[in-house]
Formats: sequence, structure tokens, C-alpha cells
Amino acid sequence: MSDFWSGYIIAIIVINIVGCFLLLHFTRKKKASADENETTGHVYDGIEEYDKPMPRWWLVMFYITIVFSIVYLILYPGLGKFQGVLGWSKISQYEEEMAKADEKYLPLFKKYSSMSIESLQQEPEALAMGQSIFANTCFGCHGADARGGVGFPDLTDNDWIYGGTPEDIIYSITEGRNGAMPAWGETLGEQKLSAVLHYVLSENEVERTHRKDLVEEGKEVYQTYCQVCHSNDLSGNQELGAPNLKDDIWLHGGSITMIKDTIRYGVNANMPKHKDILGKDKIHLVAAYVYSLSQDEESQDEQ
Amino acid sequence: MSELKEHNYNYKVVRQFAVMSVVWGIVGMALGVWIAAQLMFPALNFDTAWLSFGRLRPLHTNAVIFAFGGCVLMGTSFYAVQRTSYARLISDKLAAFVFWGWQAVIIAAIITLPMGLTSTKEYAELEWPIDILIAIVWIAYAWVFFGTIVKRKVAHIYVANWFYGAFIITIAILHIVNSAALPIDWTSFKSYSAYAGAIDAMVQWWYGHNAVGFYLTAGFLGIMYYFVPKQAERPVYSYRLSIVHFWALIAVYMWAGPHHLHYSSLPDWAQSAGMVFSIILLAPSWGGMINGIMTLSGAWHKLRTDPIIKFLIVSLSFYGMSTFEGPMMAIKTVNALSHNTDWTIGHVHAGALGWVAMVSIGALYAMIPSLFGKEKMHSISLINVHFWLSTIGVVLYIAAMWIAGVTQGLMWRATNSDGTLTYTFVQALEATYPYYGIRLFGGILFLAGMFVMAYNVLKTIKNPGKADTKIPQPVH
Repeated sequence: MSDFWSGYIIAIIVINIVGCFLLLHFTRKKKASADENETTGHVYDGIEEYDKPMPRWWLVMFYITIVFSIVYLILYPGLGKFQGVLGWSKISQYEEEMAKADEKYLPLFKKYSSMSIESLQQEPEALAMGQSIFANTCFGCHGADARGGVGFPDLTDNDWIYGGTPEDIIYSITEGRNGAMPAWGETLGEQKLSAVLHYVLSENEVERTHRKDLVEEGKEVYQTYCQVCHSNDLSGNQELGAPNLKDDIWLHGGSITMIKDTIRYGVNANMPKHKDILGKDKIHLVAAYVYSLSQDEESQDEQ
Repeated sequence: MSELKEHNYNYKVVRQFAVMSVVWGIVGMALGVWIAAQLMFPALNFDTAWLSFGRLRPLHTNAVIFAFGGCVLMGTSFYAVQRTSYARLISDKLAAFVFWGWQAVIIAAIITLPMGLTSTKEYAELEWPIDILIAIVWIAYAWVFFGTIVKRKVAHIYVANWFYGAFIITIAILHIVNSAALPIDWTSFKSYSAYAGAIDAMVQWWYGHNAVGFYLTAGFLGIMYYFVPKQAERPVYSYRLSIVHFWALIAVYMWAGPHHLHYSSLPDWAQSAGMVFSIILLAPSWGGMINGIMTLSGAWHKLRTDPIIKFLIVSLSFYGMSTFEGPMMAIKTVNALSHNTDWTIGHVHAGALGWVAMVSIGALYAMIPSLFGKEKMHSISLINVHFWLSTIGVVLYIAAMWIAGVTQGLMWRATNSDGTLTYTFVQALEATYPYYGIRLFGGILFLAGMFVMAYNVLKTIKNPGKADTKIPQPVH
């Protein structure tokens, strides 16, 4: 801020506050001679006006707010470049509060950082912390129950796009993931687009209605364009984050229209990296919690 | 003929505005009830884009503020300025243009907002072609109003007209500055704001808060200063107080906008200035309440027989309450709790329903009979019914939103022993659910009152008499 604008801001603030004070100062006293029940003599459409003194409590209240403002503007930034005698700023308040929180809470998280994700499965307290962090940070996309939604993976189903080992999960959270699939609409054209769609449907482990006459052609299209990432048997590729196309889990929607749209327009999904948002120790806990979600599923499956 | 006309008030345009006030009041409040129901039952948007909350909410705010509030302000100001100046409006044609132009703006809003055409600036959502129309109509309005004041037959300008005048001038400036935008193409409704980033936010809330200060406060104080002494048949309490609180109010309100942007990327100095001036604003705001309520002292017995006075006194009470609440919420530490919660919605409606709508309703009931050559409204007891429906409706509405807002604020900041947040957003939303129900019920009561009013007005104006429009000689 230049000196000119700083001075300008100070001037208009001071003029306005002093102006309020002077306004009160020069009007608060009424001529002693005046009769309280005398009107000003103006009559408008039958409306007259008394000129009674302003209530004392109201004047006092007005003065108090003026004094408060002056004190506040001495203590806190407000008068142009003047930072206030307390040296407060919203950034410093944030940094102080964060430092205080880190000091208090980081040791709690650190306690578990040396334990493996597998062994943390036996630590209810650690999992509860992981769940809280998840509920604060991850729910926006993956849902408070971690079941995801269209475009956002379900983390409870034990179907892993980038792998479900503790290392994979930690990597996904720390570095983020970018799920990119090219738009095939223009390359393939309508006919081939439908063909490959119906081929994919025909190969699904769930019985899906599809046009049998297109399957042969679709298979050729698939092998030319799709199998590089999604693999020859449609089982996907965790190295690339290419989803399994055989199961009944459809990240970008499983209806015929939605699958077709996904092929036509492609996908550019982004899981942001949380390295700086959460830090190593919190990532460790949230990974343990995410890992626990599919462990439950597995054990249920076994039963 | 023209000379004869000069000796009479122009009531035609006032009648038009008065009737449309009731119509747009019902439309705007019905939209409010509808979106309040959507918050409880999201399926009520029927998966239709133009019925969705995001498009109907700005239509609701535009309809109640600019359609209902606008018609009330324009109608009552044309009524009061003529009667307190002892002069006919300077131009019947221009006055008619203001009426029809304003209705065109409202219709354009009703068409474009559900289509999703929006500048995204809160309370200034209408796109640039409509903004230009608003500016033209507004300048015509100012011309008629101030022109009439210029040809007044009394030496002084009555205090109601100062407030109306401040409202008209300031809204013109606010609207033109805030709506400055560049269309992407002259055939397109889409435009981009002339400002960017934090400056755009500051301009928007300089506009937004002064829309509250000059449109919803100064304008309606104009109504209060004419209709309260008139209805109570008592002199205004203190001329001196009216001068002091007028000048303090219009000087200080200008600063208050930044309190909408606490803890944002707005520079600290602007946030502090916004906060301290919001606190100073308490006394100037209360000046109007004191002058209104004290004007009624000596006429308290009329509360028993005249439900119009009840509307006016309760509106002043809500005015006092929300202008106390506002400065409190502008304090940074309070704002840290209240911001983005339903407390804000409660605060706005304490002002919008409790103050603006109730003072408007009182003024309309007081004005309509004389406009249509009637002694009084068709049914006084129906005014009483309307009064109770409105009062109970507002109280339920704001109490529900207070509880909801404070609950949300506390749940959002609650932390576990490990420093993580205790509740997810959706848990706070679940906790709000019952209060959304109470709010919806309160809103339905308020809307029901408007239907009672519509019936009463219809009955009153069905067989209009000959209104006494003759301009009397000033007393001195």
C-alpha cells in the first residue's frame, strides 16, 4: 500500500469517526428555554414534529461505540498501513493457532507412525483417529461412509484401482492419482463405439443384455484400442489405474449410457496429493482406516 | 383540465404499485416457502433445472426485495412525497413509465433467473441488459421524486423524504457501480464483472450491505416516518434525533460491507474498518426505532383497536432487534461462529419479514382505503388475523434459524481430543433438519397472512369510491 492510499484511508476513517462525535457534541444540548412539548412549527400533511432531546442512554451508547472503535483501531490493523500495537494479522492468528494445535496433537499422531498399517488394525484408537481425519478431509469426494459415488471410488468394496496394499494406499493419498482415459468418440465413430460397448457388456461377469451381432467387431476394436491399458482379459491394470471392466463395479456409472459416455468423452479424474495437506503421520492413520474398511469386507465375504 | 389536474394528487400510479405490492409479496413469499420445503425435501425440485434451489433462491430474493419491496417503496414514496409536499408528481407519464418499467424488470427476472442466466452477484443476479433497464427506470424514479420535492409548497422537506431521497440516490450509485460488467458478446446475456478477485468481492458487499442499509433500512424508515405519526395521529417524537440519526446512518452504513468478508482474502485493514463502523452503526440505527416507538407513546391505547398500529410497532421492535443483532454478528469472533450458518438466514428474515414486510403491510393497510375512496379496509378483524399470522410466523422462523445456526456453528468447530473435527458436514445438516421444518411452518403462516391480505384488499377495492385527491392548502 502506498503512503498516499494509507493516508487516504486514515483520513476518511478518522473524519468519519470524528464527524460522528462532533455531530453528537453539537446537537445533544437543547436550548434551556425550549418547551418540551413545543413542536418545530412544521406541518406536513397533518404531521407535526416535537423537538425533544435525544435520550441520554442512547447518546451514551453512541459514545461508547465511538470509544470502542478508537481503541480497536489502535490495537488492530485498520488505519491504512498502521498494523496496530498488538501486531495482529489474520495470517498470524492462523499460524499461531496451527502451531499450537500441531504442538498438542502431532505427538498423538506420531505415536503410531512407526507401527505398520497391518498392526494398526488392532489399535481401535488409531483407527478412530484415522476415521476422524477421513471424515474431515476425504468425505467431500468419497462420502462420510467412504462408499464414494459416480467418479469417486468406493473404498469399502476391496476393488482397488491403484492397488490395495498398505504401500499402495499410502502412495495414493500422499502423491495423489490422475486417472486419465482419452476420449474415443471421434477416433472410433458411432459404429465402433457401440460395438466395443457391447463387447465389454458381453464379457461382464454379470449377465447384461447386449447386442450379440456387435460382439465380434467390438472385440477387434477392444484389442486395437483398449487392451493396452485395460488388459486383454478386461481385468484392468493397477499399475496404470485402469479399472477392471469385468466386474459389476463401474467408477463412472454402469448404465449403458454412462459407459458409452465414458468411452466417448474419456475421463480426467484427479485425486489431489495430500502430502502437504495432511502430512506423513496423519496419512499413515487415514491409510490404516481406509485399509480397515476392505478388511472388514473380506472377513464378511469369508463368513 | 390540466390546471385542474395540478390541484389533485396522482393516485393512479400509487394504486398500481399498491396492488402489485400485494401480488409480488405473495409470489416472492410463495417462492420462499417452496425453497424452504426443498431444503427439507430435495425431491421437490423434480429433477428439473429451472425448479432447482440454486435458480429459485435468487428469484425468491429478487421477488421479495425488488418486486414486493420495490413496489411498496415506490408506491408509498410517491404517496408520501405528494402529500407532504402538497404537490402533484411532476410527470404522470414518467411516473407511469416507472411503474411499467419496474414491472418489466420483474418479469425479466422471473424469466431469466430460472433459465440460469445470472451474474452470480448476490442480490444483483440480473444480467446486464436488465441492469441497464433498472438504471433507466431508477433515474426516471429519481427524476419524478426529486422533481416533486422541488415544487413543494412548504419550506422544509419532511424527514420521510430525506430517507426516501437517500435511498433513491444511493441505490442508483450502488447499482451502477456494482453491475459494471463486460458482456462476452452483445447478443449474449452472459457478462463478466468489471472487477476481479478481492476487489470484486469488496465491491459486491459494499453494494450488498448498502442495499440492506439504504434499500431495506433507509427506504423503509421513510415509510415509517410518514405512516407511524400519521396512523398514531401524534407528532414525531424528536426532530433533532431524526436529523442526527439520518446523517450518522448514511455516513456510517457506507463502511459496513467488509463485515461480510471477515477472515477472507480482503486486507485486514478493510475488515477492521468494516467491523468498527458496523458497531458504531448500532446507535444511528436505533435512532429510527426510538423515534418511531416514542411517537406512538401517548397513543398506546390505539394498539387495542387498531391492528395497523400493531403492525407498525412490531415492525419497529424487529427493526431494533435485527439492528442490534447485525453489529454483534459483525464482530469478528461472533462472525467466526455465525458465518455461513443459518443464523445469517434468521438475521436476514428478522429484518426482511419482521421489519420490512411488516412495516410495508401496515403502510399498505393504512394507504389502500384512501387510494380507493374508502373509509377503511373491508375488514379490520382480518387485519388482526393477518397480524397474528405474520407475528407468529416470523417468531417461529427466526427462532428456528437461530437454534439451527448456532447448532451448525458449534458442530462445525467441535473437535475431538486428537484435534480432528467431531462432526461431518452432513451430521450438522441432519441436526438442522427439524428446524428446517419449523422454519417452513413459520414461512407458511406468513404466506397465509398475505393471502388474507389479498382477500381483504380485493374486497376493499372491488367497488372503489371517489378518492379525495384534492391537494389542500399547507397549514402555514
